[in-house]
Amino acid sequence: MANSLEQLSKLVSSGAISRRTFMKRAAALGASAALSSQVLSTAAYADEPVTGGVLKIGSSGGESTNSLDPATSSSAVPFLNGHQWGDLLVDIADDGSIENRLAEEYGSSADAKTWTFKIRKGVEFHNGKTMTPEDVIATLERHSGEETKSGALGVMRGIDTMKVDGDNVVIGLKDPNADLPFLMADYHLVIQPNGGKDQPDAGIGTGPYKMVVNEPGVRHGYEKNTNDWKSDRGYAEQVEILVINDDTARVAALQSGQVHMIERVPPKIVELVKRIPNVEIKSAPGRGHYVFIMHANTAPFDNNDLRMALKYGINRQEMVDKILFGYGSVGNDMPINAAYPFFSDDFEQREYDPDKAAFHYKKSGHSGEVLLRTADGSFPGAVDAAQLFQQSLAGAGVKLNVKREPNDGYWSEVWNKQPFCTSYWGGRPTQDQMYSTAYLSSADWNDTRFFNDDFDKMLLSAKGELDAAKRKQIYRDMGSIVRDEGGLICPMFNDWVEGVSTKVGGWAVNPNQAMMNGQALSRCWLKA
Amino acid sequence: MPHLILLIAQRLALGFLLLLAVSALIFLGTEILPGDVAQSILGQSATPEALANLRRDLGLNEPALKRYFSWLWGLLHGDLGTALTNGADIASSIGSRLFNTMFLATVAAVISVPLALILGMLAVRYRNRWPDKLISGSTLAFISLPEFFIGYLLIYFVAVKLGWFPSVATVYESMSFTERLSAVALPATTLTLVVLAHMMRMTRAAILNVMQSAYIETAELKGLSALKIIFRHAFPNAIAPIVNVVMLNLAYLIVGVVVVEVIFVYPGMGQYLVDHVAKRDVPVVQACGLVFAAFYIFLNMAADIIAILSNPRLRHPK
Repeated sequence: MANSLEQLSKLVSSGAISRRTFMKRAAALGASAALSSQVLSTAAYADEPVTGGVLKIGSSGGESTNSLDPATSSSAVPFLNGHQWGDLLVDIADDGSIENRLAEEYGSSADAKTWTFKIRKGVEFHNGKTMTPEDVIATLERHSGEETKSGALGVMRGIDTMKVDGDNVVIGLKDPNADLPFLMADYHLVIQPNGGKDQPDAGIGTGPYKMVVNEPGVRHGYEKNTNDWKSDRGYAEQVEILVINDDTARVAALQSGQVHMIERVPPKIVELVKRIPNVEIKSAPGRGHYVFIMHANTAPFDNNDLRMALKYGINRQEMVDKILFGYGSVGNDMPINAAYPFFSDDFEQREYDPDKAAFHYKKSGHSGEVLLRTADGSFPGAVDAAQLFQQSLAGAGVKLNVKREPNDGYWSEVWNKQPFCTSYWGGRPTQDQMYSTAYLSSADWNDTRFFNDDFDKMLLSAKGELDAAKRKQIYRDMGSIVRDEGGLICPMFNDWVEGVSTKVGGWAVNPNQAMMNGQALSRCWLKA
Repeated sequence: MPHLILLIAQRLALGFLLLLAVSALIFLGTEILPGDVAQSILGQSATPEALANLRRDLGLNEPALKRYFSWLWGLLHGDLGTALTNGADIASSIGSRLFNTMFLATVAAVISVPLALILGMLAVRYRNRWPDKLISGSTLAFISLPEFFIGYLLIYFVAVKLGWFPSVATVYESMSFTERLSAVALPATTLTLVVLAHMMRMTRAAILNVMQSAYIETAELKGLSALKIIFRHAFPNAIAPIVNVVMLNLAYLIVGVVVVEVIFVYPGMGQYLVDHVAKRDVPVVQACGLVFAAFYIFLNMAADIIAILSNPRLRHPK
């Protein structure tokens, strides 16, 4: 039926049949009205793109301290900027697979230790220079080595050798890694002329838009790159990123038509925004999650019974309802959810169980209060979530003391320093990356102080495992170790919630990062 | 007259001493904040290597005293340095931001100062009658509302519902003067409402104080009209306290409008300073702090001098 519906909807968009006929025939196929109109609206979105106009985003996460150097980018606006003026080797497609960008194709040796990326020919940088494999190598070099300040250093550390071979860039790894293309999709690794070694913040790349105005913390203006190598993007004549950090001001700007899309609609006001005419809420289930993290090697959290008591003492569904207002899904004390490849969906969901919590608490022999540190800035609604946790734990007879810390200095003084605090993770494209970033014993950001030799060995063997079924099983075992022994309490995965004007066409759901993985401005258009 | 020049010279010298003290205080303040600039730049995604590299490059390993004096030396040569976070030249960044701030403050001042004075005089003219109560009541109501709330109200009614002015007050260099005026209309209105009551109440109180004097009674007995008495005879003698309050509010318009800037997305000094404080960008914080302190000191000095000029007894001391 799905196929026939799809065919029908194509007929509608090509004008072969009318909307009314479509609805009739769809009804004959047995499709509900809701389903058919949904299919029809996707068909409408598949309409021909319209070129021209000025497309504007209002985004939070921009500061006057921002630089155009992609190596230092860590918030939303610099991330969006990199996707306008630049391109990666490969990027992550809407369905979570790898999409080629400046690499035309890629492949690996049988042991997944040597990877070859064939670099696209005839692509020019905005300054007129032709992009070469040497530029690619220079870019990777600038982001690696102990001298770099790049946020992608952790990604680059596994690389042993890099060399140019004709049109190809050949990367040799220290250990096998079947996920290398996902690592190359890291948003810091924007390909720059000579790797940006001459002027890292020039804003010159191969992207769909050329930088015209750069006022950090205020706005970033671009005009179309008429020499773009990729034809199915860059529809608007100009695009603009306006920095609007205040939630209310951002919504007002969308409402009054000053911008066409806004990044991050606070879940609290989603229902109100939905009532605004000509504005649609777009949500995408992501890999980002809000967490309560315990240092598994620090008293009193070095006692697994206490950790289990806290894990059973949290009401996950309540958090999703009251903190995310339904825009998210419950977590299961693993950093992994169904958005990841190789996810096993047969884990039992851990529920709020005051009896089991009380049992483990008693068994742990701990007495007195448990101290949890939190701050508003650790994730939206963190203080409220901590108080809900306090209440649900009280039901199990466990006293939680919530200490509110200032936002200022939270990431340097509390997170990854204090033994129990609230935090968030944006997620990574693959399980391997997520675990290597924060759960491997030697990881820089092992913020749960989780040291487990078996787990480390499994992670290494999974990296080089090219058999999908075996790989999935290894990840399943690793997930259950973290779930039952780790220091992570993961109550919820948050959705990306964004507001888009009905004037905008071409919107797609790409859950990898905010704003269609940064591609919203180049893939959407203003309807005529 | 030589006495006056000497006085101004003295005040200026004192002002510079004060600025120096302020610079030391600001430096001390930024030193004792938790976390350091490298950690703040790289945020949650900081690896130990990246942190160490950045600290070395930024010169954070030098002793604090040495960093302070080398900065002061540069300052005396007109060099504010570059921002640690994005390498931008501080003097030029502050230049455009300060221009925006001054523009908004000027628009707000041009509306609010005459309005406050006129309303204050009207309130005196009709004291304890309904115009006085209306003026006092409404201005006090506006000062009692938090400024972000006034801002949101204006955004909702004027920008979203009526569509008269934009809710996002971003100004560009390429904008014409009238476009700029339209962009700052809402933030300037908000600021006007915020500062109006203070100046109006002070004008009213100061003039009422003078109105008790015997010479005002003489003027009344001469048969002068009430408004003429207030404007010609009472107001000149009430200038000193009024000028002080006006200057305080002008200073506020320049240094205290962070919240309004954030709500209306206005690229002024306040947002610029807050961003850099959050990132521990010490050179920028110090430069902003000094600029702000200079404005405070200058405006207060101006208030003093105007008060002295307006009072013959102070102008010719025995």
